[in-house]
Amino acid sequence: MADKATLIAHSGDMDKIYSALIIGNGALAMGMEASIYFTFWGLQRLRKDNALSMPKGGLEKGPLSKMHMLGLGKLMIEQRMDKANVASLEKLMADFRELGGKIIACEMTMEIMGISRDDLREDLIDDYGAVGTYIQEARESAITLFI
Amino acid sequence: MVEIKVDTREAECPAVAANITVDCRGETCPVPLVEVRKAIRKAAPGDVIEVIGTHPASKKEIPMAVEALELELLSVEGSDADWTIRIRR
Repeated sequence: MADKATLIAHSGDMDKIYSALIIGNGALAMGMEASIYFTFWGLQRLRKDNALSMPKGGLEKGPLSKMHMLGLGKLMIEQRMDKANVASLEKLMADFRELGGKIIACEMTMEIMGISRDDLREDLIDDYGAVGTYIQEARESAITLFI
Repeated sequence: MVEIKVDTREAECPAVAANITVDCRGETCPVPLVEVRKAIRKAAPGDVIEVIGTHPASKKEIPMAVEALELELLSVEGSDADWTIRIRR
């Protein structure tokens, strides 16, 4: 088994994207390889932050998975995170890529949702793939998680 | 017979000067680990990295990462909420 963490970010919820990026960074920091597959609602977080897009794009733009309360809950959590000095998703993403982590965008989601490469933040994406790419990587990973 | 006298009263243990200092005081999970990893990547073999921080879990976890990366842990000093860790790459 290779020292590798292969994660799927299926949820686009802000708190779950935090989990994916924190675990990914932790794996890299402790000497593993890491990749995160962004699929379905998760892929929305790699979309450019365009005011007109539905559902909303943008790395930081996900709702809370619980107690979102039309954004009020998210606002409260954000304030608390700010107080605790939690890093932004942009920083965690930049760190993840700096440490050699790979970001993969799911091509089928792009097809279903009519998302072109132009709609995505290509600066963050290392590769585009489908299930075969994931399985090939996951079968030799010590850690794989569906988030 | 030659008599050799060595006076060590004034001498201190030679502290290894740090080549790189990582200040992650006030930072929380996973930033201290990540910043240490970045510093290790930039360091040359043999370089000493000094990390200062205040995040309690990182005081335990940075040594775990050092072990996983097969590097040398020189010292862990201070309290859980105010510590200094020295690593040799």
